[in-house]
Amino acid sequence: MIAHANKPKTFFVKILRQDAPGKPSYWEKFELDYEPELNVISVLQKIAAKATTAGGQKTTPVCWDCGCLEEVCGACTMVINNKVRQSCSALVDKLLEDGREIELKPMSKFPVVRDLYVDRSRMFNALKKVKAWIPVDGYYDLGPGPKQSRGDQEMAYPLSECMTCGCCVEACPQYSKIELTPNVGETPEEFEDRKVDTFNRNFVGAAAISQVALFNLNPTGKMNAGERLDALTEEGGIQVCGNAQNCVAVCPKKIPLTMSIGRIGRAVTFNTLRKWFDRPAKKH
Amino acid sequence: MADKRVLVVGGGLGGLSATMKLAELGIKVDLMSLTPVKRSHSVCAQGGINSVNDATRQLGDNEYKHFDDTVYGGDFLNHQPPVYEMAMWAPKVIDLMDRLGVTFNRTQEGFLDRRRFGGTLYKRTAFAGATTGQQLLYALDEQVRRWEVEGLVKKHEMWDFLGPILNDNGQCVGAVAQDLFSMEIKSFKADAVVVASGGCGLIYGRSTMSMTCNGSAASRCMQAGAKYGNAEFIQVHPTAIPGADKLRLMSESARGEGGRVWVPRKPHDSRAPKEIPDSERYYFLEERYPEYGNLVPRDIATREIFDVCVNGGLSVEENRQCVYLDLTHIEASELNRKLGGILDIYRKFQGVDPCYTPMRIFPAVHYSMGGLWTNYDKKESGGLIAGSPKNQATSIPNLYAIGEVDYHYHGANRLGANSLLSCIFSGLFVAPGLETLLSNQGPGSVAAEQPQSLYDEAVKKQQERHESLLKQSGEENPYLIHQEMGALMTNAATVVRHNNQLEEAIGKLADLKARAWKCSLSDTGTWSNQNVLFTKAMQDMFPIAEAILKGALARDECRGAHYKPEFQLPGLTAEDPAEHRRQAEEWCDKFEQNIQKFLKTSVSTYDGKDVTISYEDVDTSIEPPRPRFYGLVGAEQISEVWQERKKKKKEAAQAAVTN
Ligand SMILES: Cc1cc2nc3c(=O)[nH]c(=O)nc-3n(C[C@H](O)[C@H](O)[C@H](O)COP(=O)(O)OP(=O)(O)OC[C@H]3O[C@@H](n4cnc5c(N)ncnc54)[C@H](O)[C@@H]3O)c2cc1C
Ligand code: SF4
Ligand code: SF4
Ligand code: FES
Repeated sequence: MIAHANKPKTFFVKILRQDAPGKPSYWEKFELDYEPELNVISVLQKIAAKATTAGGQKTTPVCWDCGCLEEVCGACTMVINNKVRQSCSALVDKLLEDGREIELKPMSKFPVVRDLYVDRSRMFNALKKVKAWIPVDGYYDLGPGPKQSRGDQEMAYPLSECMTCGCCVEACPQYSKIELTPNVGETPEEFEDRKVDTFNRNFVGAAAISQVALFNLNPTGKMNAGERLDALTEEGGIQVCGNAQNCVAVCPKKIPLTMSIGRIGRAVTFNTLRKWFDRPAKKH
Repeated sequence: MADKRVLVVGGGLGGLSATMKLAELGIKVDLMSLTPVKRSHSVCAQGGINSVNDATRQLGDNEYKHFDDTVYGGDFLNHQPPVYEMAMWAPKVIDLMDRLGVTFNRTQEGFLDRRRFGGTLYKRTAFAGATTGQQLLYALDEQVRRWEVEGLVKKHEMWDFLGPILNDNGQCVGAVAQDLFSMEIKSFKADAVVVASGGCGLIYGRSTMSMTCNGSAASRCMQAGAKYGNAEFIQVHPTAIPGADKLRLMSESARGEGGRVWVPRKPHDSRAPKEIPDSERYYFLEERYPEYGNLVPRDIATREIFDVCVNGGLSVEENRQCVYLDLTHIEASELNRKLGGILDIYRKFQGVDPCYTPMRIFPAVHYSMGGLWTNYDKKESGGLIAGSPKNQATSIPNLYAIGEVDYHYHGANRLGANSLLSCIFSGLFVAPGLETLLSNQGPGSVAAEQPQSLYDEAVKKQQERHESLLKQSGEENPYLIHQEMGALMTNAATVVRHNNQLEEAIGKLADLKARAWKCSLSDTGTWSNQNVLFTKAMQDMFPIAEAILKGALARDECRGAHYKPEFQLPGLTAEDPAEHRRQAEEWCDKFEQNIQKFLKTSVSTYDGKDVTISYEDVDTSIEPPRPRFYGLVGAEQISEVWQERKKKKKEAAQAAVTN
């Protein structure tokens, strides 16, 4: 239990702000009255309502992303006291155990849209690249799906809890930030294509690899396992992973990412070998 | 039909299922959402999704019983043909979700496992751990991503729907929306628009809903002339964890496993709960309902907790309403085994372990039964005509509504695990109707034939609103206005409703509305300005808030979630059998009169200034309304009289046919 006693009357929140993409970042400090049971989201709400810095200067409300406020949508990820995590489940009482100040920064692996709001479209793009879906025949009534054992369900369920929050890739030494700006004379469509192409040539990240593990476990998904493995053999695929295991340590859903990476790594190797042996024999 | 397009606003379960079905039919879809669709509010649903299944069938269950439970639970305010159709489809919906790879829990033989939910006797509810909504949403999100790759779906995420665009004939031919990042305001041409924007809990300030559930999209349709149905029906869940930012759901199973609800007898007793001796604790549910104790039905638990705090002044804390939900008398190891998942939520967000310290809980706004008025095309044999463009159509031609934002499935009260079903069902079902609509659209009504000026004009109007907000100067702060509105709505229009309080609230809401247009913004920038977007959404909450209050004021009865003690039909008091019987007859007379008067949909319309309420009949053609008896004194006698009357009516009807 967290003791509310001995808490300061006020506390400080230091936020790394940035007005727009390409603009310089700067720190701003806010002072708030201490109340029990605050989380970082409610702190940001209070800052938005007040919009005044610790020095008494008027400022703009801090921009940030959130949705469910229960740690299931993945929207509110940021770096809090140097740890990447969801701000909705970051409790002020806990954070203040280490001092009177809380530090908030946007994730460093994604382009900042504004302040703490980042653009994670690269993660959603990775789900396209690895074909993270079950290719059903259609949505007409064709009866129930294939039977599955409890054991398989228990293996798949944790993987299916991935909320594309980005903690794993933020912590990954092999995942580096990609921030592109439109070139002169480039149409929005051309820019979009260039972006997708760049995303596809860079590391997909642990979350997408783990989704391949999920879909390749499913009795129907298995039928297209090869296609997903192929995608992970291309540039930016699983070979980029250096096995640093940072990802698994920060995943808020405790998804066994290194297990997924291990399993898919082996499957990819096998898939490549199989394809190599299956090559049509050269004509003499 | 290659160049026709549908715009779907909202990518929760409703919007995504409509999108994937439309794409399957070869129709191009623009999918718009405030968030990446994968982060939509539907992720929050924990419990499960209902359908009849092979196991329940053998215990006597069938689709009709699922239908009956739904309309009985909804106190007969649901339109019956759509509910009937939904119940018929439910097993197929779950089969489809299973095929799409949802990680439903399994039995040891490998079938889908089921659990029992409130309001039924059967184990109908399929579930995926404690995150059923998340799993269903992801399966649909994946299918839509597949169609995106195929080129049939174009996503517009981080766009705010500002309203439908209507042509001179009043037909919807597209929408205006704003990019949340660049703040660009743009028109979208569409041959039909489907609104799937979810609930409106944020009107109450804090609720169990997500930050996007502000009702803005529904309100903007209402402001464009769409009718809004049953606004006053808002479901309040008895046990939520009060938080400064959100009220998080605490599942009913905590009480199911032996949790006891109490408050200190001394108001705001400052001692730690464990130091308060039993004799100084008020176990109000156990004292007031010796038979059911802590396991009284949801609505009763909600009302009693509310009463003890608001009227009894016995809240645990002085500045915040809450009561104790105490599990500390049960062994921690047992609690963790049975309730681990839900206790984790409390630990995570409160930083307190409920195994050793009683939880603090209070009822919270949870679901909006009301929503945009929608039509349906009914079949003689019960159910709906598949493929009819009337299904899910709002009162504006070519504008549709599905999911939590429509109004006709849940009547006066929604049953647990029925909402995920209605969202997916209405999404799948609307698609073939839209296909018919698009292929029959006559000349002049397709978007491509509308004058460009129509779209430019709509953009210009929104641009003006936007700019005038940025320029506006005034004393008011939009966030504080929202807080005041939340407090006002929570006090007047949640659990217990009184006419004098409602009247007062309507007046206060009007004052607040005037102030809401005098906000000055702390951010007048032109990039990712959340301040101005919030202010717009907040201003747009007023028409729905007004509809809720006015609808509640006009409805002088108790029905489902709408409870006005002044108009409750009292139980029977007489000891003497003849008098007892007479009272039961009288009770049934009054009940029938009440049906005549109030078994009606309330329809709200907005003229740009005020909300006006009118009434429409409810289609109860499949199952005639009957009384709900939870905890009523004399229920047996009333039930007997009611059955006799029903029999007589049936005989009279048969006689009329044979004559
Ligand atoms: C905590 C909780 C638990 C629940 N548990 C269950 C359960 O176990 N079983 C059950 O059946 N039901 C449950 N429900 C209810 C159920 O989750 C919801 O009714 C359902 O998910 C609503 O889905 P939807 O598709 O209508 O809308 P949502 O999922 O709310 O999606 C709305 C979409 O509309 C978009 N949108 C909104 N406004 C705009 C705008 N202005 N412009 C653009 N886009 C917009 C949003 O971005 C979002 O994509 C629960 C609800 C809560 C709050
Ligand atoms: S794998 Fe874990 S950390 Fe990575 S995106 Fe998914 S939930 Fe977040
Ligand atoms: S194991 Fe691979 S994916 Fe995970 S952090 Fe290390 S390099 Fe990144
Ligand atoms: S707001 Fe959804 S995870 Fe924090």
